[in-house]
Amino acid sequence: MTEPIDIGGWSCPVPLRGQDRVVLGHGGGGRLSAELIEHIFLPAFGCSPEAELHDSAVLDVGAAERVAFSTDSYVVRPLFFPGGCIGDLAVNGTVNDLAMSGARPVALSAGFILEEGLPIELLGRVAHEMGAAARRADVRIVTGDTKVVDAGLADGLYVNTAGVGVIPEGVDIRPSRARAGDVVILSGPIGLHGIAVMSQREGLEFGTEINTDSAPLHGLVAAMLAVSTDLHVLRDPTRGGVAASLCEIAAAAHLGIEFEETRVPVPPEVAAACSFLGLDPLGIANEGRLVAIVAPGIVDEVIAAMQAHEFGRGACVIGRIVEDHPGVVVARTALGASRIVDMPLGEQLPRIC
Amino acid sequence: MKYLDEFNDPVVARQLFAEIERITTRPWAIMEVCGGQTHSIIRNGIDQLLPENIELIHGPGCPVCVTPVGMIDKALDIASQPGVIFCSFGDMLRVPGTSRDLFHVKSEGGDVRVVYSPLDAVKLAEDHPDRQVVFFAIGFETTAPANAMAVHQARQRGLTNFSVLVSHVLVPPAIEAIAGSPATRVDGFLAAGHVCSVMGTWQYGPLVERHRVPIVVTGFEPLDVLDGIRRVIAQLESGTAALENAYARVVTDAGNVAAQQMVDDVFEVCDRRWRGIGEIPLSGWRLSARYGDFDAETRFDVGAIDSSESALCRSGEVLQGLIKPHECAAFGVECTPRRPLGATMVSGEGACAAYHQYRGLDVIRPTAVSGPRGDDD
Repeated sequence: MTEPIDIGGWSCPVPLRGQDRVVLGHGGGGRLSAELIEHIFLPAFGCSPEAELHDSAVLDVGAAERVAFSTDSYVVRPLFFPGGCIGDLAVNGTVNDLAMSGARPVALSAGFILEEGLPIELLGRVAHEMGAAARRADVRIVTGDTKVVDAGLADGLYVNTAGVGVIPEGVDIRPSRARAGDVVILSGPIGLHGIAVMSQREGLEFGTEINTDSAPLHGLVAAMLAVSTDLHVLRDPTRGGVAASLCEIAAAAHLGIEFEETRVPVPPEVAAACSFLGLDPLGIANEGRLVAIVAPGIVDEVIAAMQAHEFGRGACVIGRIVEDHPGVVVARTALGASRIVDMPLGEQLPRIC
Repeated sequence: MKYLDEFNDPVVARQLFAEIERITTRPWAIMEVCGGQTHSIIRNGIDQLLPENIELIHGPGCPVCVTPVGMIDKALDIASQPGVIFCSFGDMLRVPGTSRDLFHVKSEGGDVRVVYSPLDAVKLAEDHPDRQVVFFAIGFETTAPANAMAVHQARQRGLTNFSVLVSHVLVPPAIEAIAGSPATRVDGFLAAGHVCSVMGTWQYGPLVERHRVPIVVTGFEPLDVLDGIRRVIAQLESGTAALENAYARVVTDAGNVAAQQMVDDVFEVCDRRWRGIGEIPLSGWRLSARYGDFDAETRFDVGAIDSSESALCRSGEVLQGLIKPHECAAFGVECTPRRPLGATMVSGEGACAAYHQYRGLDVIRPTAVSGPRGDDD
């Protein structure tokens, strides 16, 4: 037996106390997910509580180039949604986690948990889309695993992908490298993936032209690195949306972030869907967008390089890093007032990726 | 979309702020009744930009917030029973009962489902004839017609495995209670536009007469709210008290007559306890005798449940406009959206949650700011 966990000793300001079971929000990428990592996984795995948490781990392998390593599981429901499916999402998602360290993805693994009774034809379609996405991203799927669980236990199928990539010499991209005065860039319109999936969700189907933005971003990152290897931070705003990404960067860098709400591109269909669902576009998941923090001197060139790339055409500056209010993200509203943008709690839209 | 952009125009907003500044000569306290208006005010920072002597008091118009804890406990009890599919609007899942919430019941194996329309719950009952499907029918006059329609359709389809746990509340008796209270500080009201789109404006004239208080039917976008505020102040400054409709693009005097008839058929007026406020006479709807068969409270025999509120929570005073959320000692400390003590910290329309999510820098508390970080995306 392992030692019982001393729940009473936790010092987190929003502790898990009283939560004796996993709830859906623990998978939402917001505060609840962070609590699990901080209180269960990091201590159990012997990691320092001060460990810098990024989209992928960076491993020094004794060479000039370092290795990026990441993994992600996909439980999206429904399996197929406008513009994509769980298969291409599983490739792009892990490719993007690697790309957020500046890495060039090299190889992926693919693990499947299949539910007894799943039509083989459907599995074939998912696998086909995974293969096509891997070819588009120029990354190989080199190892894998398949398990089957009893009917009723897996909602069709779940996919896990892990990936490794190579980080070029001189590239050091991580949240704590943000500096006061740096500029916050967003690569394009937000909220498309979350709303595309929600539009197909049982009991909520609504007519929309929205497709997921799911896309591999390592090419866009390479184009940005070609301008300067000194990009400070990259983050793909998936679960928890742009709000969660900005909050994480502000917390890791112990600096404040200010942005203009009107500069954040929200497609009209996303704004309309959020309005009637009562959601905040800043908290909606994206699967083909990135947030970049760069020094002011290179902003124009970086933006130009992004806009020249197919996945960065909507790139724009939305705000800046400030010394005031460390750890806090502040939005200037359209009316000229200011408000705090908080870390989403977790379950705004469960099982979105 | 036209209605989103058009009523968010910063240039027109500046003109309205300037007009409000120009006509305001004295301090006034205005209550926005509806939680949707509270959310819009705090999210857009409207309260920060008004003249200092205009105070907005956040009213009791969030249905999630005012549903009494005893009713939540009944919901938790029913949802925990084997064979039940318990359907609710999403916000209700995190509202604390005496000792837990619906998410907790779900994680313990209860079949709790979020639906976006009560008619989805009727369909679930049709699809699962071997299960008891219960819908948590809460809300103001806005959600009542659809909830009534669900019960009506269930009867038409002969469904014996569908029932509703009803905790409907009504806006005019709440305004009556607040305007008539000796402790009230409210000089004028923004009435809830969407409630009036169903019920019309005819119920509000007598309130204006009786209490000599301006009531302006108001929408939810920033310019709607600003126009409502401007009209209330204009009345107060000129010493008049009248009923005005600042949301005429949606609200008519008569309201939606077909919806009112549906509600009258299925529901009847009753006394209702409001969480944090207490019992208000004739302020709710319950199932009428004609539809008594669909009452989950009798079907599941949940009469005797011992319910109690958090001793720290001051949401009652928040709901009555007596204190602002951040003036409660538990705000952001013991009470956060993560671990709400009261329902006002749960819903996006709850005043405490709106303050916590969108609070201005001036109300930050150090303990409430630094959260855990990190993500495995």
